[in-house]
Amino acid sequence: MEQLLYLIPLLPFLGFAIIGLFGKSLSKTIVGTLGTTMVFVPFIISVMLFMNLGHEHTEFYQNVFSWIKFNGININFSFLVDPLSVMMMMIITGIGTLIHIYSMGYMHDDEGFYKFFAYLNLFIFSMLLLVMGANYIVMFFGWEGVGLCSYLLIGFWYKNKDYGKSARKAFIMNRIGDLGLLIGIFIIWNQYGSFEYKEVFKIASTGSGSTALTIATFCLFIGAMGKSAQIPLYTWLPDAMAGPTPVSALIHAATMVTAGIYMIVRSNVLYNLCPDTLHFVALVGIATSLFAAIIGLRQNDIKKVLAYSTVSQLGLMFLALGVGAYTGAMFHLMTHAFFKALLFLGAGSVIHAMSGEQDMRRMGGLKDKIKITHAVFLIGTLAIAGFPLLSGFFSKDEILASVFEHSPILWALAFISSMITGIYMFRLYFVTFWGKFRGTHEQEHHLHESPSNMTIPLIVLAFLSVVGGFLNLPHLMGEGASQKLANFLHPAFKYSTISHLGLDHTTELILMAVTTLGVLTVIFLCHKFYTQESNLPKEDHEVVGLEKTIAHKFYIDEIYDKVFVNPIAWCGRMFHSVLENKVIDGFVNGVGQTVNYGSNIFKYLQNGNIEYYVLGMTIGIIFIFILKLIL
Amino acid sequence: MAIILLFLPLVFALMQFFIKGDIAKKTALVSSLIILGMNIFLLTQFDANSKFNFFNHTPWIHDLGISFDLGIDGLSMLMLLLTNVLIPIIIYSSFRTDRKDSHVFYAMILMMQFGLNGVFMALDGILFYMFWEITLIPIWLICATWGGEDRIKITLKFFIYTFFGSLFMLLALIYTFMQTPDHSFALQSLYNANLSGTGLYFVYGSLFLGFAIKMPIFPFHTWQPDTYTTSPTQGTMLLSGIMLKMGIYGVMRWMLPLAPEASSTVAPWMMLLSIIGIVYASFIAITQKDIKRIFAYSSIAHVGMIAAGLFALNIDGWQGASFQMIAHGINIVGLFFIAYIIEDRMKTRDITTLGGIAKVAPKFAVFFMIVMLGSMAVPLTNGFVGEFLLLKGIYNANMWMCIVAGTSIIFCAVYMLRVYQLTMFGETNHITEKFEDLNTQEIIVLSIISILVIVLGFFPNIIFELTNSSVFNTLQIALGITS
Repeated sequence: MEQLLYLIPLLPFLGFAIIGLFGKSLSKTIVGTLGTTMVFVPFIISVMLFMNLGHEHTEFYQNVFSWIKFNGININFSFLVDPLSVMMMMIITGIGTLIHIYSMGYMHDDEGFYKFFAYLNLFIFSMLLLVMGANYIVMFFGWEGVGLCSYLLIGFWYKNKDYGKSARKAFIMNRIGDLGLLIGIFIIWNQYGSFEYKEVFKIASTGSGSTALTIATFCLFIGAMGKSAQIPLYTWLPDAMAGPTPVSALIHAATMVTAGIYMIVRSNVLYNLCPDTLHFVALVGIATSLFAAIIGLRQNDIKKVLAYSTVSQLGLMFLALGVGAYTGAMFHLMTHAFFKALLFLGAGSVIHAMSGEQDMRRMGGLKDKIKITHAVFLIGTLAIAGFPLLSGFFSKDEILASVFEHSPILWALAFISSMITGIYMFRLYFVTFWGKFRGTHEQEHHLHESPSNMTIPLIVLAFLSVVGGFLNLPHLMGEGASQKLANFLHPAFKYSTISHLGLDHTTELILMAVTTLGVLTVIFLCHKFYTQESNLPKEDHEVVGLEKTIAHKFYIDEIYDKVFVNPIAWCGRMFHSVLENKVIDGFVNGVGQTVNYGSNIFKYLQNGNIEYYVLGMTIGIIFIFILKLIL
Repeated sequence: MAIILLFLPLVFALMQFFIKGDIAKKTALVSSLIILGMNIFLLTQFDANSKFNFFNHTPWIHDLGISFDLGIDGLSMLMLLLTNVLIPIIIYSSFRTDRKDSHVFYAMILMMQFGLNGVFMALDGILFYMFWEITLIPIWLICATWGGEDRIKITLKFFIYTFFGSLFMLLALIYTFMQTPDHSFALQSLYNANLSGTGLYFVYGSLFLGFAIKMPIFPFHTWQPDTYTTSPTQGTMLLSGIMLKMGIYGVMRWMLPLAPEASSTVAPWMMLLSIIGIVYASFIAITQKDIKRIFAYSSIAHVGMIAAGLFALNIDGWQGASFQMIAHGINIVGLFFIAYIIEDRMKTRDITTLGGIAKVAPKFAVFFMIVMLGSMAVPLTNGFVGEFLLLKGIYNANMWMCIVAGTSIIFCAVYMLRVYQLTMFGETNHITEKFEDLNTQEIIVLSIISILVIVLGFFPNIIFELTNSSVFNTLQIALGITS
């Protein structure tokens, strides 16, 4: 078993290579099936690994080959599969398989069909490297690899210039984070002399925190900010919605954007030694969560709403990390992957039905027209809002409880954020699916339910969104059934002191009741408000004041342009026109000109006229004599 | 053995003069492939752990202590491989263009190869200097004869500027020679010279000037963008792919080991200078419109990183520099070939007038993407290995410099993706709609380059097996540690 770990990332890589090289001459069915198989088989292997973990083995390790080796350094291309990575692997390959199937329907008429599947396979390969790497370097391969795939897939419809701009923005913002991550990795090497997780964590667990380690964890977090779209590096994610919807579901909701969470959970030993960084993570998390949720309230593009919702939910996960609730963050990561993939794919099905329309103001009344999509979308909305007993309810509840234990103020803010989540999600739901149809006649004529290869993945995800929460029931549900995920993940935290929920059952129950009440109120109010014609979202030109500011995302993009982009471009032009051409090259050319000028003068001395030379000699001799007399 | 590899290109170059007409291309390619074969044969006989393989000592000008010393260690072998692998590619890349007097053109390339092989094998100061200058003449002729607009003015500046630098190098070598106990220009004797005080810094500074102009390092770079832009593509490839590595190699083999005592005080400043150059060149590259000029500035940025890694004076920086020399050589040749393909078809280098090429030339789009990713140092491409180790080396010397140097991976993404966006993406316009996709010859060239980009990214140990002990030993000398 252990010797076959390399097969897991290798298969999607082969899929990428085969489809990329020969896909053009293969039929769409073959391309789609091949692409899906290359993700499904790794899923099966991951499940088998999962079954074997915990019984005979606590982890699997394979050193595939030595990547860099010279005097003083040895970096292995090695894989580590422990509970944490196997959980990520199952999410990636599981949801990945569903999304590959869905894409076979969604992308069917696209001329870049084979390219799309090649990129998706490459993405799965990179993502698997990220979570399976046994050291920070292999993780970094995957880390940048997924960024590249994200770039390729956001700009998939390359003829559109705006999409290309969004793609570049995503890549560059990610690279800013990557630099932080890389510096963090260097510091870790300096402190522990290794990149291997095992060695680093082993030494770290016996040591204590230091300034260097605080900087290192902070730098790693900068990487997470970029990849997981946290303030201040979040603005790429909403723009990333330019990509095809399956991409938004897979990369920009379920898997890639959670890489930051994974990385910090993986490094939990280091973070536990640096409470200052953890505080900072918590603050950034809650700030992002609230900020993005507020922006989400005034977006009308259904994919944009979901994008801001993703940013907000990721913020919540970082808040959980910040208070040391690693399991809670992973739990929410998983349930979020289920329901957010569901919501995006559902939105894709809506867009498909609406012939490409994404603006919810042009929709309405879809609940009777596309029934399956409506049903699964409702489940997704209820799950993300935290409706009792659905997956989002349990995972959010666990985070909220841990936050409450840490600080009631943070709890209050997180509570507000999750209430806003409910509001914008139900706004989206009611405006899209209820009321009267507001699109064109043509769109109405075309309205149709999506084909079965799109609806089946939706149904599977809906099922997971309903039951996913039962994997980690709270303590108060009894010892046997509760905390399964926490127990499973426990080995990943063996070196760090995990804070168990210290809340007594009464407090926990009260908190649960408060959130439940909140969610029900939100649903009730939204239903009342957004089903009335007069309360539908306004047209752009009608929006004024604070609402306009929110609708324009607080003008953050414009501010970034003014503060960073334009000055750098100005410097570039100035360097070229002044410093380069005038100063540096001016000096170089000046030297040449001086020589020319000098030779122009001195050439008269050498004019071949003997009388001149004799005159010169005579003057010289007289001069020397005079000098001699004076001195 | 080394002598055969050295003189083979010279023989071929002389023969090339007499081959007129269309066949000149083919004979040149065959010649370069034979040379490559010879080099590979040497590789099979090569022991990377022994000091200098195929060592050849022939007294030459005895009274002046000059001898014909040749030898190949891992680092030299690496540079020879770079030269002899790239030159067939460069020759083959020119097959689409018909030039006037093409037999001279190819003779000059082979002549250049002779000089380059010599530079990387010479173990005698004067011999090194001689080969160093031998490379300058053919490349100058190539650029001045077959170049674009303003070529006379620009190549004159290039010639004088680099020649000016090499004269200082010669001065430094002679000065060091005078301090040697056994009055010899042999590398080992020069290493043993008793340099101190002002003389030490004179040697260090003069050699630096010679090498810095060649690479070039900011602020000695102003000849480079113009020369790269105006030269014929093969000239640019020779300059950027191989010739600038003479400067880097020179720093490793000659400059730092000759004056190790000066390094400790001066190296941080040299590193700072290199890093200023990285940021400076990156900033300029962001706003340029001429595709060749953008690649030229990107080369300054990448070379600045290599230089910074060298002056970090640690093993990561040095191994990174060795690897990056190869990676940069491959990638920049690929990039200039891409620029050539665009210019040849579109008759313009202004990227703002292009767009949508990906639609009409999908194969070209794929190869461009792969080479660009290598240049952007995306993991599992050759560029990443080098930049990763270089940054690690710089980090070990100074964290803040590492952060500033690291911004170049961000800026590189900015300007490279901008080029790609403006040329390949978007809708086609009336210029680009007629863009024909690659022909077989171009596919072969770009395939070789792409394979090298990916294979070296996955298996960098291919290179480190060569450099492991040689670079380590050279660094020890440069650090003044004698074992």
